[in-house]
Amino acid sequence: MKPDPISSGRPRVRLGGFFPPTYSARLALRKFIRRLLICLSGVLLWGLSHAAETVKSPAVPSPNPAPVPAKVNPLAVPAPKAIPPEKGTATVTTKANPVPAKPVPPAPKPEVKPAPAKGATVATSSPTPASLFESPAALKMECRIDQLVMARLKPLGVRPALCSDAVFVRRAYLDVIGVLPSAAEAKAFIDDPDTATKRKRLVDRLLASDEFAVYWGMKWGDLLRIKAEFPINLWPNAAQLYHRWVVASLAENKPYDQFVREMLTASGSNFRVGPVNFYRAMPSRTPEGIASTVALTFMGVRTEGWPKEKLAGMSSFFAQIGYKPTSEWKEEYVFWDPAGTHSLAGNAAPGRASIEEIGKPLVIEGAATPEGAPATYPQQAIFPDGTKVTLRDGQDPREVFADWLISPKNPWFTRNIANRTWAWLMGRGLVHEADDLRDDNPPSHPELLAYLEKELVGANYDLKHLYRLILNSETYQFSSLPKSSKKGTEALFAAYPMRRLEAEVLIDSINRITGTTELYTSPIPEPFTYIPQGQPAVSIGDGSITSSFLSLFGRSARATGTEDERTNLVVAEQWLHLLNSSHVQDKLERGPGIKAIVAAKRPANETITALYLTILSRHPAREELAAARAYCGIGAEEKPGKTARPEHWNDLAWALLNTHEFLFRH
Amino acid sequence: MNDPDSLLESLPLDPHQLCMSLTRTIDRRGALQIGLFGTAGLLGGNAFAAGAAPATASTPKPPATPAVPAKPKPDARATSVIQIFLWGGMSHSDTWDPKPDAGYDYNGPMKKFLSSNVPGIQLSEWFPNLAKQADKYSLIRSMTHGNNGHETAAYLVQTAHAPGDRLAYPSVGAVFAHMKEKEYRGSLPPYVVLTKPQGRFSEEGFLGAKLKPFATGGDPNAARFEVEGIVSRNINDARQTARRDLLKNLDTLRKSVGNTPIIEASEAARTEAYEMILGKGREVFDLTKEKPELRDRYGRHTFGQDCLAARRMVEAGVPYIVINYPGGWDTHSNHFQTMGKQAPELDQGLAALLADLNDRGMLETTLVWCCGEFGRGPKIDWQPPWNGGRNHHGKVFSVLVAGGGFKGGHVVGASDAKAEEVAERPVYPVDLLGSIYQLAGIDGHASLPHPMGLEARVLPTETKKEESGGLLTEIM
Repeated sequence: MKPDPISSGRPRVRLGGFFPPTYSARLALRKFIRRLLICLSGVLLWGLSHAAETVKSPAVPSPNPAPVPAKVNPLAVPAPKAIPPEKGTATVTTKANPVPAKPVPPAPKPEVKPAPAKGATVATSSPTPASLFESPAALKMECRIDQLVMARLKPLGVRPALCSDAVFVRRAYLDVIGVLPSAAEAKAFIDDPDTATKRKRLVDRLLASDEFAVYWGMKWGDLLRIKAEFPINLWPNAAQLYHRWVVASLAENKPYDQFVREMLTASGSNFRVGPVNFYRAMPSRTPEGIASTVALTFMGVRTEGWPKEKLAGMSSFFAQIGYKPTSEWKEEYVFWDPAGTHSLAGNAAPGRASIEEIGKPLVIEGAATPEGAPATYPQQAIFPDGTKVTLRDGQDPREVFADWLISPKNPWFTRNIANRTWAWLMGRGLVHEADDLRDDNPPSHPELLAYLEKELVGANYDLKHLYRLILNSETYQFSSLPKSSKKGTEALFAAYPMRRLEAEVLIDSINRITGTTELYTSPIPEPFTYIPQGQPAVSIGDGSITSSFLSLFGRSARATGTEDERTNLVVAEQWLHLLNSSHVQDKLERGPGIKAIVAAKRPANETITALYLTILSRHPAREELAAARAYCGIGAEEKPGKTARPEHWNDLAWALLNTHEFLFRH
Repeated sequence: MNDPDSLLESLPLDPHQLCMSLTRTIDRRGALQIGLFGTAGLLGGNAFAAGAAPATASTPKPPATPAVPAKPKPDARATSVIQIFLWGGMSHSDTWDPKPDAGYDYNGPMKKFLSSNVPGIQLSEWFPNLAKQADKYSLIRSMTHGNNGHETAAYLVQTAHAPGDRLAYPSVGAVFAHMKEKEYRGSLPPYVVLTKPQGRFSEEGFLGAKLKPFATGGDPNAARFEVEGIVSRNINDARQTARRDLLKNLDTLRKSVGNTPIIEASEAARTEAYEMILGKGREVFDLTKEKPELRDRYGRHTFGQDCLAARRMVEAGVPYIVINYPGGWDTHSNHFQTMGKQAPELDQGLAALLADLNDRGMLETTLVWCCGEFGRGPKIDWQPPWNGGRNHHGKVFSVLVAGGGFKGGHVVGASDAKAEEVAERPVYPVDLLGSIYQLAGIDGHASLPHPMGLEARVLPTETKKEESGGLLTEIM
C-alpha cells in the first residue's frame, strides 16, 4: 500500500485556507475541530480562552510532521521519541479541552532505539498508521443503501470514510465465510492493482465458496437450536442430519421461502428427513411452544408479549403434529396426525418416544382421562395478523400456515430475514434487537428496510442477492474508526461496528495462524464423540460437541434460538485465556505456524511483515516495525540469518494475537 | 470407567428414557391425586400452592415451611459456599445411607458398616474420617427428583428449575456470583470451578458470559498448581510485564479508535485479567504455602488438594466454589473397585476440609454441600456387561450439608429399607437450594435479569406446582 497521497477526493476540511498536507493530519484536525465545537458550545465562557490556545498547535504547521511521504530517505525516519501524529494531537486536545476528557493511553515508551538504517529499507513500502485502516478513496454513495444511510448522516454532519483494502480483505473473509485470510490471500488482495473491481470480485468469490455454507450453517444451527442433548434433545445422528440439510440448502442457495416451507411442512423420520427435526428442536413441543418458536425464528417476533388468545389461535396450526417412535433406537417420526393416533395407548406421547412404550398400554389411573381417547383438535385457527381460518379435513394445517407465512405480502416473513441479514453483516439490525419486531420497536431506517425486503422478494428470496447488495455497498465498507461521539449514532451506521470474533471463528483463526488443531468432544452419549482433529469449529454441526474454549468465548447454548444467545462480550476470564493460558502459549511456541515464520532465514523486517500479514492480514506500519525490532533487540547492524531469540519472536506473535485488531471484526 | 454407557447403548435400555417414563408416571399420579383431592375438597388450595405434591401415598405430610420464603432471615450466615459435585451420581447406599440388612443383591461385597460419633448415624466402611465427626455435618437421606438423565438431573439439582420452557436458568453458583457482584471485592473471579468444567448445561444460563464459572484447569496436587490463565508455566513476571508493554505499544487499531464503549469494556476486562496475572490473588493457588502436614491430612490426591485450594479461596473471599469431583462417579461397571478407590479419598479430603474450616472458625460462615445429580440403583446389576454395577437412581439419594448455618449431627428424612424410595420427608432440589439461599441471605423470590425482559426468579414460583417438601428448617 502506498502512503496516502496528498490529493484525494475526500471532502476537505477548510480552515482559513490552510489545508494540512497529510491524511493523518487532516484526520487529527477534523477530530480537533469537532472537539473544539463541543467545547465552544458546552462551556462557552471558560472554554473560549482555552480553546484559543489549542488552535495554535495543530493549525500551525508542525516543524516535525511525523508521517513521512514515501520517498523520504529512510535515514530521515523520525527518532522514536517523536510522538506519533495521532497521539500527539490527541494529547494536545485533551490537555486544552475544558470538557472532562476521557483518559488517553500514554504514548508508547520507546524502550530501545530502533535501527534507522539498513533494516528499515522495507519500511518505505509500509503504510503510515493513519492509512492502515482507512482508504483515501472518495465516497460515491451511489447505491440505494448508501443513499438511504447517508440521508440520515448528512444532517448530523457525520462524514464516514471507507476502510482500507487491508481492512476490507480481513473483514470480508471473516464476515462472509468466517475464516481469517492467509498471509498470501491478504497480500494478493492488497497488491491487486485493479482497485475499481477487486472488492466486488472478492465478495463474489467468497459468496460462491464452500466455506460460505459452512459458516452460515453455524449461524442457522444457533437459530434452529441444532443440538443433540439438553435442553434440546435431537440425538447425535439427527443433529448431524439436520445440520447437513441446512448446509446443503445454503450451498445450493435454496430460495429462503422454500427453505422455511420445507421445515414447516416436513414429515418423516428424524434420521432420514433432516428438516423434520425443526419440530423436535424445540424448548417445548406443545402447540403453544411450537407456535412461539415458529414466531421467533421466522417472524422475528417474541410471543411473550402476546395476548393469550393470539398465541392460542396460532398454535391451532401446530396441534395436529404427531411424534412416534420406531423400533430403531431413538428414531422418531414427525407426522401430520389428524386422528390423534399418537396419543392413543400403544403409541408414545409427544416428545417422549421410547421403544419400551410401544405395544405397552399407557398407564391410566382412574377412569376417563383425555389420554384414553383420540384427541380432538381445534377446528379454528387464527393467523397472527388476526385472520381467522377454518381448518378443513384432509389438509395439514401446517401447510395452511406455511403458505400464509411465506407469502411476499406477509408483514413479518420478509422483513424478519431482511433485517436479520442486515444485522448479521452490519452488527446491528435496522430493527434492534433483530428478533424483536414490534409496532413499538420501529426500524431506524424504515425506507432502507422496505428496500431490502423489496429486493429480496424481487430476487425470489435469493439470500445471496441480499448479501451481495449489502456487502457491495459503501456503507458496509465504512471504516470502523468512530465518526461521531454523539449518542445514538451507532444506530445510523456511520462506522462499521467492532465486534469480538465468535468463539468458533476465533479458535479457527488462532489454529490457522499457529498451524494447530483442537479436540472437540461430546460426552453424550457414551461412547464419547470425538471430531477429527483439524476440522474447523465453525463446521461442527451439533451444539453438544464442544470444547472449554468454545464455551468460555460465548458459543451459543442453542437452548432458545434467540439472537443474543451467542454472546461476544469480552470478559476478564477470556483475556486470561488469551494472554496467559498454556493452551494458547503452546500453540504459539510449539505449533508449526509461527515456528516456520520465525525460523526462515531472512531480514528481520521480512519476518515481522510475515507475522503481521499472518495475524493481522496487513503490512506493519513503520512505527510498528521499529517497535517490533526494538523488542526483539535487533539493531541496525543486522547479521543475516541471526535474528532475535525465539521467545522474542514468540512474544511478538503473542502481542499481535492479543491486539484488539485481531480479536475484533473491524 | 470404560464407557459404560456405550454398553448401555447397545442394549434396548436407556436410562434417560427410563427416567422420563418414570417422571411421567409420577406426574400422572400426582396430578391424579390433585384432581381427586380437589374434587373431594379434602385439601385446600394452600397446601398445593406451597408446592406440596407428595410423591407416594405413603409419604407423610411435609413440613409446612414453603421452600421459597417471602424474605430471607436477617441473620444470614453463609458468606461463601463450597459445592462438592459428585457428578456421574455417587451411590447413596454404599456411602451415607447404608442398609446393612438389605442383603447381598444390594450390598454385594460390602460387609462392614461404621458407627459415627453421633448415635444413630451409620456410614459405610469407606468413611472412617467422616464417621469421627458426624457432629459437624448433617445428612439428607431423602433427596429426590425422580430424574435419571445426567443433563436434566444436573440441571435440576443445581438450578431447582424443571427444564422445558424458553428459560435456561443459571446455576446456584451463577446466582450467587450475580447477587454478590456489588459487594464482592476480591481479585479472583466470584464463581470458580476446581478444576474442570462439567459442561452438562450452561451454568450461566441467561445471565450471560460474565457469570460463567472460571475453571482453574491444572492439578492442585502437582508440584505447581498451574491455574489456566493465571499461573503461567514458563513466563516470569518480568517477561509478563515486558509483553504487556509491547502489546500496548502494538495495539494500533485500539489507539486509532479511541475510547468507545466496546473498547473501554474490553480494556477494563483486560486490566482485571492482569490484576489476576500479576497481582496478589494468584498466591491463593500456591499450595506450597501450607504446612506439609496439613496437606497430608487433606490427602495427596487431586480431590484432597482441591479441598485445600477451596479453603484458601474462601479465605480470599470467593463467594462460590465448585469442586467437580475428579473422575466422577458414573459407576455402571467396575463399581466396587472404583468406589473402593474414590470413596476413601472423598472421605479424607472432605473430613479434613470440615475439620480445618472448624479449627479456623470458618465453618460458621462457610456452607459446604456435597452430592451428585442422583444416586445409584441400590440393587446391584449382576448381569453382563455391568457385572456388579449400579445404574442411575434419581428416586432417592443422599446429600451432605455442613456449616454456613446448617446444624451438624442430624439426619433429614429417610429412604425405605432397601434405599430405593423415599420413606419419609422428601427433599426436592427446590428445598435444598431454597435453604442454601436462605442461609446466604439471598431472596428466593428475587428477580433475575433476563435479556429479553422475561419474568425469571431465583427459585420457581409457587404457582408452578413444583414439587417441594419444604425448607430444611430441622437443621437450620
